Amino acid sequence: MRLFTDSSPHIRSTHSTSRIMLDVAVALLPALAVGILILGLRALWVVLLCLGTAVVTEGLCSAVLLRRSSLRDGSAIVTGLLLGMTLPHTVPFWLAAAGSAFAIVISKVLCGGLGQNVFNPALSARALMVLLCPSGMVAYFAPGSDIVTAATPLHHMVRPELPAESLWDLFVGRCSGSIGELSTLALLLGGGYLMWRKVISWRIPTAFLGTVAVLTLLFYKTEDSLLWAACQLCSGGLMLAAFFMATDYASSPVTPKGQLLYGVGCGILTVLLRYHGLFPEGITYAILLMNAAAWWIDRHTAPRRFGDVKEAT
Amino acid sequence: MRHLFFGGVEPPHKKDMSLASREMHTITPQQVVIPLLQHIGTPCQALVHVGDDVRAGEKIGDAEGLCVPVHASVSGRVIAIEPRPHTSGREVMAVVIRSSDAASSALQTHPPLEDDADSDEVLGGIREAGVVGMGGAAFPGDAKALSAMGKIDTLIANGCECEPYITADDMLLRTHPEQVLQGLQILQRLLQPQRTVLAIEDNKAAAIERVRSCCTGFPQIELAVLPTRYPQGSEKQLIQALTGREVPAGKLPAAAHCAVFNVSTCAAVFRAVRLGQPLTHRIVTVSGESVSQPQNFWVPIGTTFRDLLHAAGADSSIRRVISGGAMMGRAQSSLDVPVVKATNAVLCLPHDSNCAEEDGTCIRCGKCVGVCPMHLQPLYLYRYEKLRKAEQLQRLNLFDCIECGSCSYICPAKLPLVERFRAGKQMLKERGTS
Repeated sequence: MRLFTDSSPHIRSTHSTSRIMLDVAVALLPALAVGILILGLRALWVVLLCLGTAVVTEGLCSAVLLRRSSLRDGSAIVTGLLLGMTLPHTVPFWLAAAGSAFAIVISKVLCGGLGQNVFNPALSARALMVLLCPSGMVAYFAPGSDIVTAATPLHHMVRPELPAESLWDLFVGRCSGSIGELSTLALLLGGGYLMWRKVISWRIPTAFLGTVAVLTLLFYKTEDSLLWAACQLCSGGLMLAAFFMATDYASSPVTPKGQLLYGVGCGILTVLLRYHGLFPEGITYAILLMNAAAWWIDRHTAPRRFGDVKEAT
Repeated sequence: MRHLFFGGVEPPHKKDMSLASREMHTITPQQVVIPLLQHIGTPCQALVHVGDDVRAGEKIGDAEGLCVPVHASVSGRVIAIEPRPHTSGREVMAVVIRSSDAASSALQTHPPLEDDADSDEVLGGIREAGVVGMGGAAFPGDAKALSAMGKIDTLIANGCECEPYITADDMLLRTHPEQVLQGLQILQRLLQPQRTVLAIEDNKAAAIERVRSCCTGFPQIELAVLPTRYPQGSEKQLIQALTGREVPAGKLPAAAHCAVFNVSTCAAVFRAVRLGQPLTHRIVTVSGESVSQPQNFWVPIGTTFRDLLHAAGADSSIRRVISGGAMMGRAQSSLDVPVVKATNAVLCLPHDSNCAEEDGTCIRCGKCVGVCPMHLQPLYLYRYEKLRKAEQLQRLNLFDCIECGSCSYICPAKLPLVERFRAGKQMLKERGTS
């Protein structure tokens, strides 16, 4: 009889990478549903196109590089899904597909694959798409209409004035914007699910949203500072970014202190770019900039060495 | 749930399996293999020869230095003194005794000591009985007590038993709480701490109740019921949970003015000092999914795993046998290894319970950082070990790792983290000497 000698520990938890990715996909569903409901079926086609392209590209990359297929971990699904959620539903199909392929090939595979990418793949692809084809990325339409180009709430707020929609409309998602960013409520549900499942910690979203709230309260641009801050929180891609983009494992810090610092950094840059940037929304660039600092932050926020304390007694 | 120490995980307890049987049977093996090294320190020299007749309790090995003697656990004839497989994975010189049927009472090491015995007599009694730390470390008991004398203000009896499956200490506390408490009292008189605590995790309700009813006779001993969390039974984590103090890196618990003794060690101290009984038997949990009658046994030291598993009805399908716990125990390649003083459990686990993936991919989820009780960053240690970067491993305090396995347990990519850290430590040691 041959005994199997493995190294300790001899038992493992039920966590798995694919389970985490599945959780993220599930958490995105409410926001996606609102997007389709408000913007129409084209939103669904855009997201499915991004998803499909990401999966096919990932499979092709594995085949070309003669690696074990990396499809099983489900990360390509999440990347495609996330990218689709950041796009306006009017985006040209060719652009969405190209962006999705870019996210996989350049941002992920060429960086070394899963877990190695410095920048958030979905956001770096989005940034490139804005450069390549700005007109395809900013055509937002009013809910229920395919004709009139509408200003998103953020377009109002750069003027600066309060959005045309009520705060409640912004909260539930009755406004114009990218597919996955409409409903604060749906995104809070998704984010709450991820925290409940312990996929993400509270640190990055809380530090991020808290910083934006404090800064917009301090530097308000309309008479009612509270309403101004609330509208800032509920508009644009902030909720999607705070729960789903900034918390991307590979491109964010892992130390508890580092995560707080990173969230605060994302918040500061977001408000700066919204107030002074070229576009109404600057979250994409805020997070990409902080991505670049993530490893540096980790290194400088390493946990205190155990036992490295002043004499306790 | 409040955490009293940093990090940690909550693996399924699986303790009910071996507690289903209330009886504790005594194993009577035909033959025992008693290694001459069952502690940290100098190996014993055999004091008997092949062909000698020995009585249970007779000293059969001893040496100078950091060493405690070993005793015959059964009466019989010495049939071999030769290297035999040991749970440590190496071969260790061992005395093999064939048990004789002639029932003879066990020898005492010395006359029982009374309350007025001085500390030298007590330490001598502990040493002569061959008492070692029975929670796993197997440090000689007298040396541990001696090194703590005059340096500590808190004495801790460790009844956490945070490893899944194992119920040996639980069983001891249920059946002989007075032995543990009296042993602890002996240590308390020896070490003169300001505070004496018996720590038990809250998943052992029956043991807690028994100890509580016994505790009234020991007003100076405080019972601490701790929320169950792995690895609370680790010395450094238990000290943190009970006192809030952190033992500095590379230092002994005495640096935090604490001394920690396993409850089984306390009971062994009691039997050594008060009854003059050498450490020849211990409680061993035999459990795991591949055992049909998981239970605790009263086992003569030197009983082979084969005999023990046979008694517990392990079927022939066993593929993985662990000496010790599922989190920190060692997988055995042979069933001829004997139970030693520090063997608290023998587990037969299904072969698929550890699905480590050599080529798994770290997704930087950071869960390992959150569970590491030693404040390490396992994901970076793993990365640098793969790149063989010695300086980085040193900068990230690889040697602080207690190999509790929390990081490997939680890792969604199933990376063999602890395994690589052992390899990394080995590399650093080799580079340090070359």
